[in-house]
Amino acid sequence: MSETLGTTGLILNEPLLWERGKKGRCGYSMPAADVPQNLLPTELTGDGPDFPDLSEIEVVRHYTRLSTWNFGVDTGLYPLGSCTMKYNPKINEKLAGLRGFAAAHPLLPSVLSQGALRLMFDLERFLAEITGLDAVTLQPAAGAQGELTGMLIVHAYHQAQGKQRTKILIPDTAHGTNPASAALCGYAPVPVPSGPDGILLPEVVAGLMDSETAGIMITNPNTLGLFEENIREIARIVHDRGGLVYGDGANMNAVLGIVKPGEIGVDILHLNLHKTFSTPHGGGGPGAGPVAVRKDLARFLPIPRVVERNGAYELREDFPESVGRVLAFHGHFGILLRAYAYILSMGPDGFKQVSRLAVLNANYVREGLKDVLHTAYDRPCMHECVFSDQNQHEAGITTLEMAKRLIDYGYHPPTIYFPLVVHGAIMIEPTETETKEDLDGFIEAFRSVVREAGENPEVIREAPSRCKVKRLDETAAARNPCLTG
Amino acid sequence: MRYLPHTDEDITNMLGAVGLKGLDDLFAAVPGDCRFEGTLDLPEAMSEWDLERHIGRLAGRMAVSPEYNLFLGAGSYDHYIPATVSSLLGRSEFVTSYTPYQPEMLQGTLQGIYEYQTLTARLLGMEVATASHYDGATALAEALLMAVRITGRKKAALSRAIHPHYRQVVRTYFAPTGYELLEIPCLETGLTDIDRIGEIRDLAAVALQSPNFFGCIENVQEAADRAHAGGALLVSGFTEALAFGLLKSPGSQGADIVAGEGQSLGIPRSFGGPALGMLASRKQHMRSLPGRLVGQTKDRDGRRGFVLTLATREQHIRREKATSNICSNNSLCALAAAMYMASLGRTGIRELAALNHDKAEYLKNALQKAGCTIRFSGPTFNEFVVGFPGGFDALHRRLLDRKIVAGLPLGAHYPELADYGLLCVTETCSREEMDRLVREVVS
Repeated sequence: MSETLGTTGLILNEPLLWERGKKGRCGYSMPAADVPQNLLPTELTGDGPDFPDLSEIEVVRHYTRLSTWNFGVDTGLYPLGSCTMKYNPKINEKLAGLRGFAAAHPLLPSVLSQGALRLMFDLERFLAEITGLDAVTLQPAAGAQGELTGMLIVHAYHQAQGKQRTKILIPDTAHGTNPASAALCGYAPVPVPSGPDGILLPEVVAGLMDSETAGIMITNPNTLGLFEENIREIARIVHDRGGLVYGDGANMNAVLGIVKPGEIGVDILHLNLHKTFSTPHGGGGPGAGPVAVRKDLARFLPIPRVVERNGAYELREDFPESVGRVLAFHGHFGILLRAYAYILSMGPDGFKQVSRLAVLNANYVREGLKDVLHTAYDRPCMHECVFSDQNQHEAGITTLEMAKRLIDYGYHPPTIYFPLVVHGAIMIEPTETETKEDLDGFIEAFRSVVREAGENPEVIREAPSRCKVKRLDETAAARNPCLTG
Repeated sequence: MRYLPHTDEDITNMLGAVGLKGLDDLFAAVPGDCRFEGTLDLPEAMSEWDLERHIGRLAGRMAVSPEYNLFLGAGSYDHYIPATVSSLLGRSEFVTSYTPYQPEMLQGTLQGIYEYQTLTARLLGMEVATASHYDGATALAEALLMAVRITGRKKAALSRAIHPHYRQVVRTYFAPTGYELLEIPCLETGLTDIDRIGEIRDLAAVALQSPNFFGCIENVQEAADRAHAGGALLVSGFTEALAFGLLKSPGSQGADIVAGEGQSLGIPRSFGGPALGMLASRKQHMRSLPGRLVGQTKDRDGRRGFVLTLATREQHIRREKATSNICSNNSLCALAAAMYMASLGRTGIRELAALNHDKAEYLKNALQKAGCTIRFSGPTFNEFVVGFPGGFDALHRRLLDRKIVAGLPLGAHYPELADYGLLCVTETCSREEMDRLVREVVS
């Protein structure tokens, strides 16, 4: 390998927290006691948790060293398909730390929390405008909880119609969380096979949609990075038979200001603010999964809801048909605030450009790799492109091995083995915030990995070789689980 | 726009590479009748400076300390967050990474979460803990669904002294399932009437919260014994995780599943979220747990490393048969909690929890001396129910003008406690502030 982005550096070892420290140390500035001691009855008290005692610098070194074993968007290109790992603006982090918001108690009387309530009210309006829908709840904590909230609304809708239904259609190109979210509401998922071009065919949907089916959960663009061009016809079929169309908006980054889901037949849609709206993913969350609905479904949205009257904002709970609360308080406000700041930073024209450049970047990567990797569907893509390892079968190299080798080159691997409809899938979503030079570097690295697959497969099977650890034994971890130390 | 790096030249070259003339040609697959041809009705883009001024103004319209004195808890607590926690948590390697699906590249997050799971298990007296849930309410709902799966029974009983919002969330999660939810009433002492547990047959789980919503410390062991006698699991909830620095852990008192809120452990209140759902269980129930788990393993050279494990319970593998639909959780909040617990240590958490208790008792006693009614006489932690002479609600309203938020009026959630309020004191409350509240109450 010649000069690559990925290289070795001085990585320090660091033990587990409880392998450090000494009893009696403390890394916390204890306030002086200004009140008399008051002991609880001893039968109520315990010995306290068996935590290690660490000094401040031990805590600081521990986590600083751990952080150097991590790779983030700030480190480099992170082209995980369907995850939209775009740049997370620094100003948004700063604003989320403003004391007025960071220290605000969720149960403050409305009159003392007008700033947060107005922000939420405006954010709901912005998201309604972007989705082409009428009303929004900001409460769901993540995409999957948005899906659950959407399914609860579907459930409540059919209940209000006087007849509950038992099934829900889920295409094989939908997001992975959809079946589990539907199952929580008692709906049995009915898989819908996509057509030969990777998109749904209306006649297939028509053949499955019956009076026992509550609706369809459709991801558009789908997880192959393709726009479901029959969406209007599919929505008509579902609506005609009394169902609702749920849109999984996880891939909204492809169509901001270009398609409004509410105008093409979608009744309910969740957004992932940690994908499309630039909030950080935090190594697995917290995210936020607001849900937008058509006007006549607004009555089912979770409570409390923010309402405005004569310029004053308040939280109201008097919506008798609401599905109820899905979170203890009003949603991940700290995340909502970051998304709000992002929307105000982009403006209407900025959003359209986001999607154009996201789609341009994906097609550019697709073009740069399509002669060496097998394309699952040979047509232009939206915000992500999907390949497979079919061309590498002869060399005996798999998607997983190529992904691990990309790490050595200094890139986070794409999403692999998803969507399930493509065997050995490699799903690449570069996002709009990456430069042409970085994409060129990534394409060159991937081409180099493909060359190695033919010429030097051993180096691929050994990958990654430049991380803190070598390939980890996931099978052993699951066979004999060790979840605490 | 500074987040979009493409120059005109880049765009021309890249379009050329993909064989297109203009950016709009990229959307050829979108049928004409699906296109939005207008301009989004959103505010024009703001500069960073304008944005900071605008959001700064909104933040200025929030009542926070030190301008306001807040005696408000009820599931969201004001604890001091050490500068180290904020600073370390802000490291962008933690903040801007994704779920660790490629473990070799994310050992920092993985070891950090493994340590969080361990400290959580130790705090709660349990054997295993998950990598995190959204908040205490959803953790409780998931714990009850888990109990249904484990026992095969379709009924759960919830103490009325569980946070009202948590009970609402549980109802939301249970509504479409057909499982039955029952309520266990409270006694005059503010404690759950655990004698009722024995009267209900075929329960999957009994859930209570300790310290409960009124701050009262429940007899978890007794409740667990009653639940177990009927073949039910005991789910022990909490909203104030710091309490277990001082109180007996729920695990040491027979709880089978523990689910609650970890916001107290170094996470800003942030108007209610993101917070931290903590969920722990006995090892025998490990494979029924919802959500992610981090496990220890070895790499090819035999070195210790960490991975996401037992994924066969999860939605992306098991699809509709998964133990939950949760995918993204509140990982960064879990990391904050681990940093906070590590900063305190065993010595520190005990001292801090005791200080919290001492301060709350100081205010409780002072208010009682000043003629207020302390509604429940038993031991409490950090929170207690109080009635003011002349009525709670009127004085509560009046004190808002004096920049004091004297707790939470309880009438809306507990008609039987109309004109009582829930007050909260933590280590951030000075004696002077408490004395001021007492003066206002008697004046």
